[in-house]
Amino acid sequence: MSFISLLWVLLLGSLLGLELIGKVPPTLHTPLMSGANAISGITMLAALTLIVKAEGNVPLLIIGSVSLGFALFNVVGGFFVTDRMLAMFSRKPSNKK
Amino acid sequence: MNLPVIIKFVIDLLAVLLLALGIKGLSKVKSARDANRLAAFAMSLSVVGLLSYYLGTSGVAIQSWIWIIIGSFIGSLFGAILAKKVPMTSMPETVALFNGCGGMSSLLVALGVAIFPISSGQENFDFFKSIINEVSISVSVFVGAITFTGSIVAMAKLQGWLSTPGWTQSKVRHFVNIVFAVASLIAFFDLINGNTSSIWLLVIVSSLLGIGVTLPIGGADMPVVISLLNSYSGIAAAAAGFVVDSQLLIVAGAMVGAAGLILTQVMCKGMNRSLVSVLFGGSLSAQSTASSGSGEYTNITSCSVEECALTLEAANKVIIVPGYGLAVAQAQHTLREVTKKLEQNGIEVVYAIHPVAGRMPGHMNVLLAEADVPYEQLKEMDVVNPDFPATDVVLVLGANDVVNPQAKNDSSSPLYGMPVLDVQEARTVFVIKRGMSAGYSGIKNDLFDLPNTSMVFGDAKKVLNDLIGELKDLGVGEK
Repeated sequence: MSFISLLWVLLLGSLLGLELIGKVPPTLHTPLMSGANAISGITMLAALTLIVKAEGNVPLLIIGSVSLGFALFNVVGGFFVTDRMLAMFSRKPSNKK
Repeated sequence: MNLPVIIKFVIDLLAVLLLALGIKGLSKVKSARDANRLAAFAMSLSVVGLLSYYLGTSGVAIQSWIWIIIGSFIGSLFGAILAKKVPMTSMPETVALFNGCGGMSSLLVALGVAIFPISSGQENFDFFKSIINEVSISVSVFVGAITFTGSIVAMAKLQGWLSTPGWTQSKVRHFVNIVFAVASLIAFFDLINGNTSSIWLLVIVSSLLGIGVTLPIGGADMPVVISLLNSYSGIAAAAAGFVVDSQLLIVAGAMVGAAGLILTQVMCKGMNRSLVSVLFGGSLSAQSTASSGSGEYTNITSCSVEECALTLEAANKVIIVPGYGLAVAQAQHTLREVTKKLEQNGIEVVYAIHPVAGRMPGHMNVLLAEADVPYEQLKEMDVVNPDFPATDVVLVLGANDVVNPQAKNDSSSPLYGMPVLDVQEARTVFVIKRGMSAGYSGIKNDLFDLPNTSMVFGDAKKVLNDLIGELKDLGVGEK
């Protein structure tokens, strides 16, 4: 990938992000924030690349592994906690007379 | 193109599509939960795509597998445990912590590549060759470090481990932060000139900058800062994408970065604050203690739980205003018990939710949903405000600044212009509160002095429990 096409990817990705969230009800601010936060842990792919490309360089392997750990902490924790919050909204409203 | 390349290409495209649909779905109540799972699925798909690509091309050494498994096991384990255990009331600091770790991850990747320029024959994986790579590394380190230290400071402040030091409220902090920013810039140019060791200078000063920028910000503004830092962690991920040459990382990072920015904007609007004043204005409380924080209360009426119960029993329409104090006392379930009794007596009960009720926008909705409050009873501020004059009793539970009439009447007040709930329009207002302490803003609440306001002193949970007892004695809800 040339640098220029990567810049295009960046530009279009940003525009997409701006468009995706139009009207968010205040109810969803907290879950949306924590869900988007989990997605930013996508940097785990960079950590994986680092480990695979390390070729036996132990300090680099360790850095990659720690980085992967931090990223997955973000991803796994973020998605679980978002699910916990959203589970409460989808609960059936209790039937009252 | 050989097969592994094609497979990775297809999987990456699919993952981007699913992630975009996920973010989109998260902004609607109905689809939010499925959307979150969709995004999680897309993320695991992207990992499969990347690993299968390497397996099909260069292969993955056993040593690499070991480190991959160690890192992912420990990270996922702690993430899952924290996510399951943490109480709903501590959501803001949890999000901040997760976010900081995402920033740390991007920082480490860039740092690793900077210290050990790796080269593997076929792909020309030699980093320090072009300025572009150095720029991406610097951006990734810079933004990653700010995200990490900023989020950790935010978390510590929300947990109450850190308070706002006095000097950070003076002009000194702007000077200090400018020094850090300039030092980052120097380190950045030094790095581009080929001085690899200045990466450490960059790490240190950008970390300090993250602390310096977040430390002065007060509790009420913290959600905005977390949302902004969330956007930063997306930018850090996109920068890391440039470092390792991954379009998927760039797209996903850019999407989160841009969406986070929009969300930050929306939140600022809800609090009637501009982003600039949040970032550079300092905390509201520090400004106000000097101006109008010294006012004395002259006309406080306090009353017993019993009187409160009697008034409630005679009411037709009751509006509950839940706030931060309710969240802290974890009294949302007890509150639900009280309102159930009232409803059984034919009293109309509605919850008025201020946009920033709780500790973060939307946080109060999560807490009340946890206590099984029907979604239809939660009314947003604009919807409920016209209803107050026709309301018999308002119960204010641990909310303070969001019911302060100063925001409407007193143009000299720091709160002036903030959207508030017009509770004083109701016939009777009960404020359940532990003492006379001020809210986040540190400002006197004029509501407490009004003749139709009565204070019920005590911990929210205890008062509500007593209230249940009193209502029982009155035979409310015993049909």
